[in-house]
Amino acid sequence: MEALTATNITKRFTNHVALDKVSLSIPEKTIFGLLGPNGAGKTTLIRIINQIINADSGEIMLFGEKLQEKHIGEIGYLPEERGLYKKLKVGEQLVYFAQLKGLSKKDATEKSKAWMRKFDTVDWWGKKVEDLSKGMAQKIQFISTVMHEPRLIILDEPFSGFDPVNAQVITREILELKEKGCTVIFSTHRMETVEDLCDHVVMINKSQKVLEGSKREVKETYKTNAYTVEHRGSFSITSDIYELTEQKKLGDTMFQSTIHVKNKISPNQLIRELTTVTEVHSFVEKVPTMSEIFINLVKGGNNE
Amino acid sequence: MNKIWLIARREFLNRVQKKSFLFATILIPLIFPTIMAVLVYVAKKQNEHETKEVIYYVDESNTFVPDTSRFTFRKFHGPLADAKTAFDHSKDYGLLFIPPFKLSDPSGITLYTKENASIDDINNIESLLETRIKDLKMKRMKIGQKLLDSLQTDVKIKTIQVTEGGKERSSNSIVMAGIGMACGILMYMFIFIYGAQIMQGVIEEKTSKVVEVIVSSVRPFQLMMGKIIGLGSVGLLQFSIWIILMTTLTFGVFGYFGIESPQHQALQQISADAAAQQAAVSSKALNLINEFLSLPLGYILFCFLFYFIGGYFLYGALFAAVGSAVDSPAETQQFMFPITIPLLISYLSLFMFILKAHDSPASVWLSIIPFTSPIAMMGRIAFGVPLWQVLLSMSLLIAGFVVTTWIAGRIYRVGILMHGTKVSYKVLVKWFLQKG
Repeated sequence: MEALTATNITKRFTNHVALDKVSLSIPEKTIFGLLGPNGAGKTTLIRIINQIINADSGEIMLFGEKLQEKHIGEIGYLPEERGLYKKLKVGEQLVYFAQLKGLSKKDATEKSKAWMRKFDTVDWWGKKVEDLSKGMAQKIQFISTVMHEPRLIILDEPFSGFDPVNAQVITREILELKEKGCTVIFSTHRMETVEDLCDHVVMINKSQKVLEGSKREVKETYKTNAYTVEHRGSFSITSDIYELTEQKKLGDTMFQSTIHVKNKISPNQLIRELTTVTEVHSFVEKVPTMSEIFINLVKGGNNE
Repeated sequence: MNKIWLIARREFLNRVQKKSFLFATILIPLIFPTIMAVLVYVAKKQNEHETKEVIYYVDESNTFVPDTSRFTFRKFHGPLADAKTAFDHSKDYGLLFIPPFKLSDPSGITLYTKENASIDDINNIESLLETRIKDLKMKRMKIGQKLLDSLQTDVKIKTIQVTEGGKERSSNSIVMAGIGMACGILMYMFIFIYGAQIMQGVIEEKTSKVVEVIVSSVRPFQLMMGKIIGLGSVGLLQFSIWIILMTTLTFGVFGYFGIESPQHQALQQISADAAAQQAAVSSKALNLINEFLSLPLGYILFCFLFYFIGGYFLYGALFAAVGSAVDSPAETQQFMFPITIPLLISYLSLFMFILKAHDSPASVWLSIIPFTSPIAMMGRIAFGVPLWQVLLSMSLLIAGFVVTTWIAGRIYRVGILMHGTKVSYKVLVKWFLQKG
């Protein structure tokens, strides 16, 4: 089942179109990367899903139902621009946020205590937020996002402000939530995070969707049929089948070459060809990183 | 609705649980009677221990009859020159020289002092002499003391207001103006103090960036209304406590220092026949009390609460909108202007003409226009306002509050999510027009 499907979402502001007929579907129980450069419309889309603003046209279905007010409790949202009430005590704050999400006071208290135990932070219960360090506050913020057990969790740049240790704690938590059946939407610029965590990605550029699919599919689509070969002894043959685009010296007789394959030939065939001209030490297919795909698409979009 | 209540409750508890609230709520009503008590105490002490200043006088006209209520007068027998030398060597206050004079044109009377004589002192001595001269003139005209006494009459005008039903009601414009002024000032203070708190709260939520987290759970409108209602309840609670504490304490202070409050005097008057003079004073106080009690107090209280809440809501939403538009309190200035002006107009009009001419067209209009009506109407209400005006004003206030809340809500929902934009009135209009 799809956790969320958006069909032809359009949102205009006075001076510009923030989203132009964006459609996407997010499979359940996956970690979904929402990518795009600044100002592409990611935050607008997230705000529409959170019902903070309404789309001008288009439809959003959440777990098979039209998005409506009651879904607020099923979504946990960690915005990029986030904060807590500085003067309020940690415990009161968590309970209050959970109550706003629709939990009863009793449930809210129990759950916030359970989460604080989990993060080993029960001692902070009576502390004011302004007395916490930034990392501590981020943990509390994360708890407030997930404590009401939402089925869909939306995280906008979740790791900004975390040190590597805490980032790892949160990563583990996100994976655990996925195991439990949550769907996570991840909006970020950090491609290494996408590489590590995301199953599916969508990329928005200039208000339009430019890419969608599972990470493997996307990489398959954008691979350039290039291979990196390390070999002893140089060669410089260009044939109908392959083209040597780059060759650099690694040692006395060691070289690294990048070879683009023109026609549909299997890697085996290429190796066979190569062994006739040089001594192959390593042979790797060049798979594009998410970062390369991202930059390519954004730059390509700008050249239009 | 449930969420508005949750937010209102949170806001209420946040403020009420603060130490500053406790201090303000308990200290302010304490400070007021304390200052009064200190002043009364000082005044009393001074009265008890004050020794009257000594004034020597040389009376060559043989007319002066000293009145010792204010000064101790000592006659100096001898010429002025001697008196001056003696005065120079003494530590006394003054030397009054009265040369022989014509009753028709008293001149040459001189007061010598070492320090500048206060206007009060000069007036006192002048009136002493004037009374004396008046008496002498009367005597010369052969008018006896009995006749003089019988010429003295004390006129008191009783004002009676005829209401539409033909009922007569004695009215006292001092009491009414007093009520009008108190209610008007209270309203003005309340709207400003709590309006500013709403604004500050919104700015805090915006700068601490907690707001986006909140609006993913509740509508921006719910957040705004919850804040307004929560803070308004704090205000009502605070004012109620103040009024109760102040009344109690003020009576306590009066009681302790033996100064009789009007009510107290009235009670004494009822319980026992006091001396004639005291009775006269008391009856005046009693009249004031009666006037006060004869006013439709329940109705006035109802109107006060209505305009209190209505005015607060009308302006509260606007304050929230201003808070949502800016990133720091310093930027609020340019948007405060249109909010401050109608409040200031109604406040100044209250003193300039509403209390004096409560039925003038300007007063009537100000008390009907929603932005000025909370203060203006409270200034008029005790004087008696035709029912149609009250109903019209109240309906317009409700309509006005709905409209301002609607406008403010539309600006607020966009404003709270905007950071670092340079906001002008044009931008506000754009936000207002923006679709959900």
